[in-house]
Amino acid sequence: MKYNIYVYILVMAGVTYLIRMLPLLLSKKELTNRFVKSFLYYMPYACLAAMTFPAILSSTASTFSAVIGFIVALIAAYREKSLLTVALLACLAVFITEQCMILLG
Amino acid sequence: MNTESFKKGLKDGIPVALGYFAVSFTFGIASILGGLTTWQAVLISITNVTSAGQFAGLSIIAAGGSYLEMALTQLIINLRYSLMSFSLAQKLEPQVSWYHRCLMSYGVTDEIFGLSAAKEGKISPFYNYGCMCIAIPGWVMGTLIGAISGNILPDIVLSALNVAIYGMFLAIIIPPAKKNLTILAVVASAMIISGLFRITPLLSKISSGFVIIIVTLLVSCVAALLRPIEDEK
Repeated sequence: MKYNIYVYILVMAGVTYLIRMLPLLLSKKELTNRFVKSFLYYMPYACLAAMTFPAILSSTASTFSAVIGFIVALIAAYREKSLLTVALLACLAVFITEQCMILLG
Repeated sequence: MNTESFKKGLKDGIPVALGYFAVSFTFGIASILGGLTTWQAVLISITNVTSAGQFAGLSIIAAGGSYLEMALTQLIINLRYSLMSFSLAQKLEPQVSWYHRCLMSYGVTDEIFGLSAAKEGKISPFYNYGCMCIAIPGWVMGTLIGAISGNILPDIVLSALNVAIYGMFLAIIIPPAKKNLTILAVVASAMIISGLFRITPLLSKISSGFVIIIVTLLVSCVAALLRPIEDEK
């Protein structure tokens, strides 16, 4: 293995902790720059969207079952189901699709 | 020591702990699928206490991404916590000491921040400690039990569970996109542009971690220029 798992964990934990700690320790006044505030506001949405697509298409045994899982997750998320419900419905859709594909050969 | 605030925090933390358990259960399973051991999954949950960041980190570990990709991705996904910490800092008495500030920081999550932000007036660090003492064990236990399940469930079930991470991401981004057209545009264009990176010759050679970083910076920068958010007050 090229990279050490414990170094990964250290990097994750270190960066995440510093993000939380520095403003609490150092800030005495509120963030006022509108562009910076807007940028920080949109960033998580852009990031999670880019992480989801197209990676979701190659996450399961076949692209077809992944597409079905993607569509089901989109509908469930649109109906504002909880995180766990959306995740489980997507898994269930993939599972059923893959079973059907095995049965139909 | 402020016992009353601490007890209130413990009580308010119970529903958070239950919600955390369910989400981190999925993280535990996903970690096993990503090739981690049960202990490593639990260690990540103890040291990070964040859902999207941990899932993102896991996909980088599974893909063998570089440490730089890991650091930048964590920075981007978790940068919202710095805003929460800024806001929390406003709600503390100025004389609250540095060690309280450093200890509270460990528990700045969407939910715990939400609880303390909703309180009127100044807050005591002990309220946050109460929430943390009940919510974080829920997060860690969920991971442990999820990881154990990941080790005993059959392969056909585990293949389907691979899609769970993405289902969770969609559950986080789609509801706000319904209510805010700019967020919808951000989500749609981020997906389209990262899709284009995958199918365009040459660009498809760039590792997926860097594509995510490039797309995120580009899309949120354009959105912030075209549609800056309204001031709350």
